[in-house]
Amino acid sequence: MSTPAQQSSGQPIAFVSAQALRARMHDAVNDPHLRQSFRGAMDFLMAKRAAQFPDQGELDSLRSLSESIRQYSLSRLPDLLEQLESNLTRNGVQVHWAETPEEANAIMLGIAQRHAAKLIVKGKSMVSEEIEFNHAMEAAGVGALESDMGEYIVQLAGEKPSHIIMPAIHQTKQQIAKLFAEHIPGVDYTDNVDALIQIGRRVLREKFEIADIGLSGVNFAVAETGTLCLVENEGNGRMCTTVPKVHIAITGIEKVVEKLEHVAPLFSILTRSATGQAVSTYFNMISGPRRGEDKDGPEEVHLVLLDNGRSQAYADEQLRKTLQCIRCGACMNHCPVYTRIGGHAYGTTYPGPIGKIVSPHMMGLEQTHLLPTASSLCGACGEVCPVKIPIPELLIRLRGEANSAPQANPAMVGQGAGYDPKISLLWKMWARLYARPATYRAFSWLATRFRALTPRQQSGWTAARTPLKPASRRLRDMVKDRR
Amino acid sequence: MSSPGHDASTPRTYPPRPKAVYFYGTCLVDMFVPEAGMDAIALLEREGIRVIFPDNQTCCGQPAFTSGFPEEARRVVESQLDLFPGDYPIVVPSGSCAGMIRWHWEKVCAADPALKARAEAISARTYEFAEFLLHVLGFDRKDEGPATTVTLHTSCSARREMGTHLVGRELLARLDNVTLAHHDHESECCGFGGTFSLKHPDVSTAMVSDKVASLKATGCAQLVTADCGCMLNITQRAAREDQDAGRACPSLPGEHLATFLLRRTGGTPSGEQQ
Repeated sequence: MSTPAQQSSGQPIAFVSAQALRARMHDAVNDPHLRQSFRGAMDFLMAKRAAQFPDQGELDSLRSLSESIRQYSLSRLPDLLEQLESNLTRNGVQVHWAETPEEANAIMLGIAQRHAAKLIVKGKSMVSEEIEFNHAMEAAGVGALESDMGEYIVQLAGEKPSHIIMPAIHQTKQQIAKLFAEHIPGVDYTDNVDALIQIGRRVLREKFEIADIGLSGVNFAVAETGTLCLVENEGNGRMCTTVPKVHIAITGIEKVVEKLEHVAPLFSILTRSATGQAVSTYFNMISGPRRGEDKDGPEEVHLVLLDNGRSQAYADEQLRKTLQCIRCGACMNHCPVYTRIGGHAYGTTYPGPIGKIVSPHMMGLEQTHLLPTASSLCGACGEVCPVKIPIPELLIRLRGEANSAPQANPAMVGQGAGYDPKISLLWKMWARLYARPATYRAFSWLATRFRALTPRQQSGWTAARTPLKPASRRLRDMVKDRR
Repeated sequence: MSSPGHDASTPRTYPPRPKAVYFYGTCLVDMFVPEAGMDAIALLEREGIRVIFPDNQTCCGQPAFTSGFPEEARRVVESQLDLFPGDYPIVVPSGSCAGMIRWHWEKVCAADPALKARAEAISARTYEFAEFLLHVLGFDRKDEGPATTVTLHTSCSARREMGTHLVGRELLARLDNVTLAHHDHESECCGFGGTFSLKHPDVSTAMVSDKVASLKATGCAQLVTADCGCMLNITQRAAREDQDAGRACPSLPGEHLATFLLRRTGGTPSGEQQ
């Protein structure tokens, strides 16, 4: 079991104190520009996804199939990881295991130093965000440059991604224009989107040529063949994994599947759920370094497999479902809370519904126990999840883990972090009241009889609503008196 | 509240018309919107169904369950398991309470097999009021009201747990003089979420304000919904906006579907009786 991330250098991963979270949520909902841009973007993504699934029956069966594949893969996870390692090794890929972000960064820094690397060019990888890779490399004097356009923008702005698929979705083209003009030598302000993309491409092309190492994530790791599959749209993933002499891939241990056949349905439902694309522009299958007659490809390929709290989720039958995730982002696109606060307010690498259920394993409940409460449990996330993760059910479970008095053998690091003896006592009293019908009858009679005494200030309710007031008579009284 | 650990998209099979039903009013209706419960009972009785109201009913346990206090929820659920001794359907005028009984009672009772079995036997015959009215009783009465336009809010639980999101539409479609105006983001949550509205007032307010704006934009005369939690959230937000703007007339009045259906089809809602 891994411990929550304790970042030693750079920006800390964990900045989700309850107070900070509330303050950020408050600021976000009161930012009309943010509200408008996320609403628009999420509406667009929801419509694109919906257009990909005109046939509800096909969607239902593809979701069931995808869920089964992910559950099957997880049920055999230890075996599949061993098989993956041996097949990758056979293919010439060097496999590394990291329990914590520090270990993962140390492994990759070691590789960089062995090659005297000055610049690492990166394809999009949320796991690299999770471990604060860029900060760790820069602290050691190695440059790390994002080459995914969205990630590049976010890096220039000194921000974190606000969405797992579209990292810079919070930035307007004017903001991007300003960033480019400020940070890229010789670039004048233009908010022409095509021109901006061309500027970014030009800068990045030059970097691909001089980079010592390419870094990428992994969408699916195939155990039977030792293949790393990478889904992307810009071609930068292919550049990162083929141009530099060394390619390092990093992924969470849960991303493994048994065979290639298992990839096809997951790939299909991933792109359709994520960006509403029938298929992504690029699909890379990496099976080792350059071989004898190959004209391109890296001379050295590494895979870093990261735990960072995943084995904690894995150990519990219910929490294990968290690891079914294929990182499509549909849950956040459909989340009414995410739509209103955007990704940064969460203060975690992974925002939105998936972030609420996965971050507690990575960071511990001490810092994240309020996250699972920030949901109305509307179920939109669970409804669209391509692998049927019961997100609302897991949110309730995490609320329980946070609320309960600290236990001897907790299922999670930070169990009991949200424990408040006063709140617990309130719920005990509530249970006593409602579990005893005679007591409840007395209480409800008093509440309706003396309804004029109902407080006018009712916690969060009256922040925006008129106060609740009991009726003059209860339903049970009216039922008794009915003709 | 919604948590599909089950598949709400699988159509449910409905029983034949029973002689009697148990009516589980819910704590919210009991204390805050009793007329909705009375009007639902009146509709059931008018269809010739005997309505049994177990006096020991309190709450389905949902507030504690969704707040992460499963033990407290179990204690309340356990106190409710004796209420339905006969083999009659249980009708609940709320999607979220019906969803709690139908899907989650067995979960909170899971540690005790005997308790779980009793919970399951109840879950299997629990129906949300509107689905029962439509699918079991085949409600089809003549609309006697003047022409009007209403808008409908379907709770997330009705939509995603009970799979009854089309029921409200269909019932309203059977009223000849009623036009249903659809609002934008119709399937989006109103921001109530039980204790969510208390714990995260900022986000909850943002959600309910958007919902109120969408509903009002239809130009409807009123809101109809089959869930009192959403109804109180939406109408009391609208009332607060009216108050702040100095409007004397409610800009978005709302009522339970049962009350609306009863009035439209020749009945007198309990709140309008002298």
